[in-house]
Amino acid sequence: MATVNISVDGKKIQGETGQTVLQVAREAGIYIPVLCDHPALPPEGACRICLVEIEKQGTLQPACTFPATDGLVIHTNTERVRASRKFNLELLISDHPLDCMTCEATGDCLLQDLAYEYSVEGDRFEGTKHHYSINDPNPFIQVDRNKCILCRLCVRACREINGVEAISVFYRGFGAYIGFGADSHMADSPCEFCGSCVAVCPTGALWPKMSLGKGRPWEVERIQTTCPYCGVGCQIILEVKDNEIIKVDSAWEGPSNHGWTCVKGRFGWDFVHHPDRLTQPQVRRYLLEGSQPKPGPADRHPEVAGDPWEWVETDWDTALDITAQKFRQHRDESDPRSVGVLTSAKCTNEENYLMNKFTRQVIGTNSIDHCARL
Amino acid sequence: MPVLKNREDLAHLRTSAKAKLKEKTISGATIFIGMGTCGIAAGASDVAEAVRTELAARNLDTEIVSVGCIGTCANEPLVDIQLPGKPRVTYAKVTPKMVPCIIDEHLVKEQIIKKWAFAQLTNGTGSAEDGLTTYDEHPFYRKQVRIALRNCGMIDPESIDEYIAVDGYRALAKIVNEMDNEDVIDEMKDSGLRGRGGAGFLTGVKWEFCMRARGYPKYVICNADEGDPGAFMDRSILEGDPHAVIEGMAIAAYAIGAPEGYIYCRAEYPLAIERLKKAIAQAHEYGLLGENILGSDFSFELKVKEGAGAFVCGEETALIASIEGKRGEPRPRPPYPAVSGLWGKPSNVNNVKSYAITPQIMLKGADWFSSIGTPRSTGTAVFALTGNIENTGLIEVPMGITLREIIYDVGGGIPKKKQFKAVQTGGPLGGCLPVDALDTPVDFDSLTEAGATMGSGGMIVVDQDTCMVEFARYFLTFASAESCGKCVPCRIGGQRLLEVLTRITNGEGTLEDLDEIEYISEYMSEGSLCALGQLTPGPVIASLRFFREEYEAHIKENFCSAGVCAGMFTYEIEAELCPGCGLCVKACTSDAITGEKKQPHVIDQSMCIQCGACYQVCKLGAILIKRKHEIVPLETA
Repeated sequence: MATVNISVDGKKIQGETGQTVLQVAREAGIYIPVLCDHPALPPEGACRICLVEIEKQGTLQPACTFPATDGLVIHTNTERVRASRKFNLELLISDHPLDCMTCEATGDCLLQDLAYEYSVEGDRFEGTKHHYSINDPNPFIQVDRNKCILCRLCVRACREINGVEAISVFYRGFGAYIGFGADSHMADSPCEFCGSCVAVCPTGALWPKMSLGKGRPWEVERIQTTCPYCGVGCQIILEVKDNEIIKVDSAWEGPSNHGWTCVKGRFGWDFVHHPDRLTQPQVRRYLLEGSQPKPGPADRHPEVAGDPWEWVETDWDTALDITAQKFRQHRDESDPRSVGVLTSAKCTNEENYLMNKFTRQVIGTNSIDHCARL
Repeated sequence: MPVLKNREDLAHLRTSAKAKLKEKTISGATIFIGMGTCGIAAGASDVAEAVRTELAARNLDTEIVSVGCIGTCANEPLVDIQLPGKPRVTYAKVTPKMVPCIIDEHLVKEQIIKKWAFAQLTNGTGSAEDGLTTYDEHPFYRKQVRIALRNCGMIDPESIDEYIAVDGYRALAKIVNEMDNEDVIDEMKDSGLRGRGGAGFLTGVKWEFCMRARGYPKYVICNADEGDPGAFMDRSILEGDPHAVIEGMAIAAYAIGAPEGYIYCRAEYPLAIERLKKAIAQAHEYGLLGENILGSDFSFELKVKEGAGAFVCGEETALIASIEGKRGEPRPRPPYPAVSGLWGKPSNVNNVKSYAITPQIMLKGADWFSSIGTPRSTGTAVFALTGNIENTGLIEVPMGITLREIIYDVGGGIPKKKQFKAVQTGGPLGGCLPVDALDTPVDFDSLTEAGATMGSGGMIVVDQDTCMVEFARYFLTFASAESCGKCVPCRIGGQRLLEVLTRITNGEGTLEDLDEIEYISEYMSEGSLCALGQLTPGPVIASLRFFREEYEAHIKENFCSAGVCAGMFTYEIEAELCPGCGLCVKACTSDAITGEKKQPHVIDQSMCIQCGACYQVCKLGAILIKRKHEIVPLETA
């Protein structure tokens, strides 16, 4: 890659051929505001917020699409540029609900930040506003088109990250809006609910239904962790408030997933605080007490205290001892082939490998399978 | 049909085709019927049927040729009669009822019906008949120079032989034999041809960019997505002379090194698409398209892609996206299509007219072309002349001609003795010019300087009865509805601008609204992604610049002087002018007009619904548009 030298606000910086002005500036730590660009996605040039003045160019140019070439002299914050940005923000706000007090995205909304930065007032333009209903009946994502600024990040995320193309723009001009499949509901479209669209949405237009009303961005602790659902090892960011997970966000630096998650990683976290979740090992009372002979179904009396079939909480050592003892008993006293093992996708490759060894060499059976085959 | 293997084959074919064409005019009679979309819309199909019936009834086997539009659309349907050795005589506004008479008098008795005849074309087929103007002398044609339209209405667009007979494909044969691609590009550059789509970029330079760009394959694309309201230049060329466009594209492909091309034609032009496809098939059969054209190394394939009806697809990057099967939306340039166009490959996009002119430049030379027009805008300009003008139609005039000449000489002036008010050039994204600007030369730079644009060729003339605020609002309604919705300034700015204009035409405007118009317009032009958004405010800004007093009258006095905006004017009868003929009384739909016969009449304002019927019927101009008596003072005014 050849190096290109450009000047941004008087600062000489370097980039590579093929990069856009925005990319080069971003790497050099120069701030250019933008709504429709995301480092993980191809540029669009739609929001016109990143307009900059490039010498020898007649009109303002979007930094997000303009190729960085040698010798460009760029001004990112002139009066002309700021006036143009402010106009575009005024237009966006003129068709946007001014309900920041109750909006989920408050504090995590690029439009809000820019409106503040550019002192945009809500009533600059009076005119028609859209009033779309918020009725997408899917379990995961709230779709509020009134807050959509048509930056199309969701469209690109769906196409480029998940490769599904469930989201696209319908109609044109002022009547254009984001829609799903053949303009139906999200659940009727090819959507897999990976939630990448939610992660890139710069406003409150797409929001996880499970997180509604759970907390403000400044109230949460963001903890990067590994998704527990499978062995891929996706990095996710848990947004935790009062020691409770309220949302999962994309960890764009994650080496194995680069911000992408599946539906489970993004929305399958409600088990963590679920009242039915087992937090300690449990064993049948008769196993714990070593009752002989094994009680039959007729001995089952759930309503009576001391029922031999009752689940009793115990410690790990006890539970594992009982398990090991039962394995040994079956292997030694009857045929090892009476034992079968089913492993889980939640295990890592290494864990699955160990289970394979254990089943074939320790137990002595080939009856091992994996849930991903079911 | 035999494949033409070389230049000599083409020359032989040309000789025989020419002979055939000549024979037609010498030995047999021919009837030409204008069967462009304009002709068909005016009833040419019925006329053609009547001609066939009449010929059959008289047992005549006279040849009937369907030709494209010759330009004088106001006079459609047109029927030409060509008798052996006689001039070709055009009859205008022909109805099926007139057909038997024309055939009887002219075809059989060889007597020209002068009261119906429009003009005659001598063309070396006999001397002109007395008492009938020739095309060359006809006021509509006298100032015209027809290069792009040279064959429209003259030859059968469905016959490649007729095109070859008028030197068709000769330019292609010349370049593949005599010139290399750089020669072709130099010739184009020397000709000074500027893109006829509207932007006016030098065609030769554009070709050179594409030729020098790295990437393979390259594509040549013809932009035939003509979407301006009231514009039909490209359609007429595609319907009337499709081979010229094909030949022009083949020349461009040779220059650029493109093996493939697309004609992107809007689906609303079914006849143009049909004729194009037919023409491409014919060119293929002769080997003028396909592999090793005329025995050379040059191969070129051409496809027609139908557009789905979006105005914005006339923007080259949106057009390319549409060909690729994507949503027709523009993308920011750079990179320009010459570097990264169709499927990311170097592509050259030109307008229909640019391609139609190309073969003539190659054949007659850059010097010939640049001798026409002005130094910076060479050649001719094609306009679809419409609106309140006598001779609506398709015209081709040398660059540098004044608007006045076009409107009054070629166009015949304003009908019904009304006053000229404005002329809109550049289509819905152009601008209107007032009477003071009538002496502006028509070329790319002068029109832009005057406050309008050259555009693709729409020219709409309006008279005193047009409200310029409503006129601007009309174009704005179109442009904002056709915004693709991708970028913010165009998507929302267009809507907001339209809302301001609507307020004014509804009588709810304030003087601050005029500042608002200027504010929105400035930043829409500054920030929009493509030319559609950048130029959407054009008509508004031009009308505000030249007709500000009309805007102010709407706002301050609640008065629409053109009598267009509802509730903002009254009709009054000027007693001195009213002879009491009673026509207005009969026309009035709400019994609002009373008066004794031969005495001035009066309109009862409480009954009048401002329908305008009386205004239309009064032959003496006694009905005037007046301010409403009760002027509502506006606090802000």
